[in-house]
Amino acid sequence: MADSADLYRTVRLIRRFEEQAIEMVRSGVIPGGIHPYIGEEAIAAGVCAALRADDLITSTHRGHGHVLAKGADPSRMLAELAGRATGLNSGRGGSMHAADVSAGICGANAIVGASAAIAAGAAWSHRRAGHDRVAVTFFGDGAVNQGVLLEALNLASLRRLPVIFVCENNGFATSMRVQDTTAGTITGRAEAFGIPAETIDGMDPEAVLKAASGAVARARAGDGPTFLECLTYRFDAHHTWEYSVRPRYRTDEEVAAGRVRDPVEIQAARVPEAVRARIDDEIEDLLQAARRFVDASPEPDPSGALDYLYADGLRGRGGTA
Amino acid sequence: MPILSYLRALNRALSDEMERDPAVCVFGEDIGIAVSNLTAGLLKRFGPERIIDMPISEQAFTSFATGAAISGSRPVVEFQIPALLFLVFEQIANQAHKFSLMTGGQVKVPVTYLLPSSGSRVGWAGQHSDHPYSLFAHVGVKTVVPATPTDAYGLLVSAIRDDDPVILFAPAGAVARRENVDFDALAPVPLGVGRVHRPGTDVTVVAVGHLVHDALAVADELADTISVEVFDPRTLYPFDWTGLAASLERTGRLVVVDDSNRTCGIGGEILATAAEEMHLIAAPKRVTRPDGTVLPFARELDLALQPTRSQLRAAIETVAKSR
Repeated sequence: MADSADLYRTVRLIRRFEEQAIEMVRSGVIPGGIHPYIGEEAIAAGVCAALRADDLITSTHRGHGHVLAKGADPSRMLAELAGRATGLNSGRGGSMHAADVSAGICGANAIVGASAAIAAGAAWSHRRAGHDRVAVTFFGDGAVNQGVLLEALNLASLRRLPVIFVCENNGFATSMRVQDTTAGTITGRAEAFGIPAETIDGMDPEAVLKAASGAVARARAGDGPTFLECLTYRFDAHHTWEYSVRPRYRTDEEVAAGRVRDPVEIQAARVPEAVRARIDDEIEDLLQAARRFVDASPEPDPSGALDYLYADGLRGRGGTA
Repeated sequence: MPILSYLRALNRALSDEMERDPAVCVFGEDIGIAVSNLTAGLLKRFGPERIIDMPISEQAFTSFATGAAISGSRPVVEFQIPALLFLVFEQIANQAHKFSLMTGGQVKVPVTYLLPSSGSRVGWAGQHSDHPYSLFAHVGVKTVVPATPTDAYGLLVSAIRDDDPVILFAPAGAVARRENVDFDALAPVPLGVGRVHRPGTDVTVVAVGHLVHDALAVADELADTISVEVFDPRTLYPFDWTGLAASLERTGRLVVVDDSNRTCGIGGEILATAAEEMHLIAAPKRVTRPDGTVLPFARELDLALQPTRSQLRAAIETVAKSR
């Protein structure tokens, strides 16, 4: 079981990774921008700390935290964001699709709510093969109104699949407030399908770990899916394009109030200062090494732009006759 | 020799592959009782962990198959109605198809989508009569449309063994076909390889799916005046361009008959490629559904919008004469 220092290390790593990634978006090293996870780190850290290395996750467009917490190499993750050949996905996925299947990270998905059914199918297939792996699917509050997610809840409950549905409720689907888009309650959706659901403090890594550990134990014991609604707050932009577009959907006062409870600070308070300082130094070293790795990494060869499209290496015709 | 029906051929391919490979499983609606007849006998033989009746949640069970496919299973997904493909276009074109490239080749997605009775069954109206194979070829999903029982068997076997998503359309106009076959000689048919059903020297007719049989009938009618070669691509993506080029080397004249809507249908792609790259001595023609076709209910209206033998015959005669 992860201890307080382990959880601190994870939330701090995600926070500093995101801050570095934002700088690299601003300086143009990362094309296309990112969806910063800052403020929501406790959820990825707590949930993934409850998992085994061979358990599975599927992630979202705001997925860096999940991918790092599940154990992907930060250097290769950063290289993927920068579109380098050494990236986790060889530069084919980027921020919204980072995957490391060898670490149980079955892809981050850019379509809201789309990966829950994929996670359910993966969980089913592993169970059928005699494994006791658990699959976690992360999604935001915006996903709870997507039909395919609701269909996946039904399937998972019907077949008592070892799936944990983790809803990161940060209050906003991009700019739309959850109360303006969501009738009923979020946990009520899960309960309607007979899935035990709990609303938890998504800002406290240890609270998340505790709830996730219970869900994992249930899943592993064959008792079926669990739904965790994690209340959280997105400290930064929906996407880095907000830095130039500056949409006004929440006031400065509201953001300031939302940032009062900071998951990194909450966890830091539980770790002795000397331990914390050592962890902080290690993370800075790790991220500097990641940055050097990115700078030393080649860009992918354009002649291979459609590599990996087909498992058998099929090549369609080019764009000119 | 014993008789093999088209549907029985698909059923046999499924059961042979399930027997051979325990990773193969089937997801769909009403497949336990085999409403479409595709899965007849399979539940009893392979059990409910491999023949899985799914709730009416096409989007979820299509992505469920993707998740299973990246995790060691080899699912076959049956859709009873071709228009359901519009509902799951996201799950196929945007998820399953892109998974391998987007992960940099970390995963394979060996899933087969199976459409029994695609196209018009006459009288099933606007939402049960589509034939959207061109959409999948456009996207780059491996797409097969077998015309005969032997090819249905062989192409389904190859589709299931393929490590990428493959979609197989079994046209309603072909599923009643029967063929005398030696069962022991049934074999996989490789994807991407066409078949000349009838050799000829004057005009090449490329016919897709059930229209192969119409093309063969018209070729017979014209036999005294025009020597028609009937080329069945069998796979629309990847297309057997080499096979088509070889046929056009012989004939230099081309007619395509394709049950797609005209704009952006596979027939247009075949004509364009032939015009750009192949030997043509006359302007080619295609016979298709009209632009933007939605099949109306009444029999006369439904039939009025599908490619007909008389249209095909007229096109062949025009192309044969033109210079």
